[in-house]
Amino acid sequence: MFTKSYGSLPASCKITKPGFFLGSHILSNRGITTSNVSQNSDPENASATPAPRIKFKRLDKTARHIMQILDREAVEEVRTQREIPDIRPGYIIQLRLEVPENKRRVSTVKGIVIARRNAGVNTTIRLRRMVAGVGIESLLPLYSPNVKEIEILDKKKVRRAKLYYLRDKMNALKK
Amino acid sequence: MAAVSRGLISYLRNLSINPNRTISPSISTHFLRTFSSDALIDEGESGRIIKAEPRVMTPNSKRTGVIAVKCGMTALWDKWGARVPITVLWCDENIVSQVKTPEKEGITALQIGCGHKKEKHLTKPEVGHFRAQGVPLKRKLREFPVTEDALLPLGTQISVRHFVPGQYVDVTGITKGKGFQGVMKRHGFKGGPASHGASLSHRSPGSTGQRDAPGKVFKGKKMAGRMGGKQRTVKNVWVYKIEPARNLLWVRGQVPGNEGDFVFIKDAWYKKPDISTLPFPTYFSTEDEDESSLEPLVADLGETDPFMAAD
Repeated sequence: MFTKSYGSLPASCKITKPGFFLGSHILSNRGITTSNVSQNSDPENASATPAPRIKFKRLDKTARHIMQILDREAVEEVRTQREIPDIRPGYIIQLRLEVPENKRRVSTVKGIVIARRNAGVNTTIRLRRMVAGVGIESLLPLYSPNVKEIEILDKKKVRRAKLYYLRDKMNALKK
Repeated sequence: MAAVSRGLISYLRNLSINPNRTISPSISTHFLRTFSSDALIDEGESGRIIKAEPRVMTPNSKRTGVIAVKCGMTALWDKWGARVPITVLWCDENIVSQVKTPEKEGITALQIGCGHKKEKHLTKPEVGHFRAQGVPLKRKLREFPVTEDALLPLGTQISVRHFVPGQYVDVTGITKGKGFQGVMKRHGFKGGPASHGASLSHRSPGSTGQRDAPGKVFKGKKMAGRMGGKQRTVKNVWVYKIEPARNLLWVRGQVPGNEGDFVFIKDAWYKKPDISTLPFPTYFSTEDEDESSLEPLVADLGETDPFMAAD
């Protein structure tokens, strides 16, 4: 069984096929290596689904894939910690936010969601609300640790994904 | 059949001239270079055996760097709720592929290899180099000059745990190519006025020199040309998080290059890290430690909340 450290080989050992070392890597489920992942994972799982390939022929594809995996894991981690409901444009939402700059006061924010931008862990929603008689739109990241609680108060029927037309209509829906 | 070199001829001539002078046998074996397919074992000449053991780091010693692949950028929230812009670097299977010593090559350096490559995609001289050293085929090789006490034996694997979260590093990479760019983007010139009758010179460099004396344009005058695609170093990048299971490194801020490009990470020169915290010469994993079960290590951000302390 080949060990992990190559320094233990004697100096006079002739390596005829350098590619022979590939099978010796001790691969784990979370390990990412560029050496043959598919070769070692097939005897591992006898289940129906094959192991998803991590390594691509182009390094930048592998890099982007790694970023996707990390993003997905970050979202999963936030979802297991607190419950984030499905938020769509047209929902009327009440949030409890913890603002760190304002000496960590928990403020409630109530408004209508006019846009949602999906970007993994940086998924943001635009909330439009009336603050002291002025219409205010704020961009809030959904998975931020500062967002303590989200409650859906009402769901309005809309036929658009981005409700920017509400900026002209001042009183139509609850802003 | 021995190869007869110039040195051997001069040695024999010296022998014939003064036969009483005895020269050490190591020189005679050095001149008689026989053909053999084994790598030369030179423990007799240099006597340097590099052991893979942790040593004490002095303020003058320099550790190796690491080659990584730039994966991409995101932003994370640290434990106090502040946003940290993050670049993810993947230190894919770094291994020491050649050790350069003052006796043989004249410098103290370690050649590190990163990534994996198939034999059919490498040229024969490159394959021969890996075969001679006895090291698996790597995609990228880079030499890092080190001090003598930081030398590692051939074939040592260098993992992400070589760095400590919270330390500063210098990251070198080839910047993104921007193509042929004008002088405003390339050198930050102010250009010309946008209106008031300026004819055809909104983005031009303006004057390029004086008149008859000197009568020429000086060499190195900043003009339009190809921008980007050069090697640059970003200094004092803060290491935020380390994941030893997948060899990933999270650093704060930008790093030169595109996604999928190689970058070279070294300890910072200006914001030197604390010597006692760094594994020297590199991190050696103990036998009972399972790499895949380790949790990611995050930098220590301190106990006081930075937002509350603003009062």
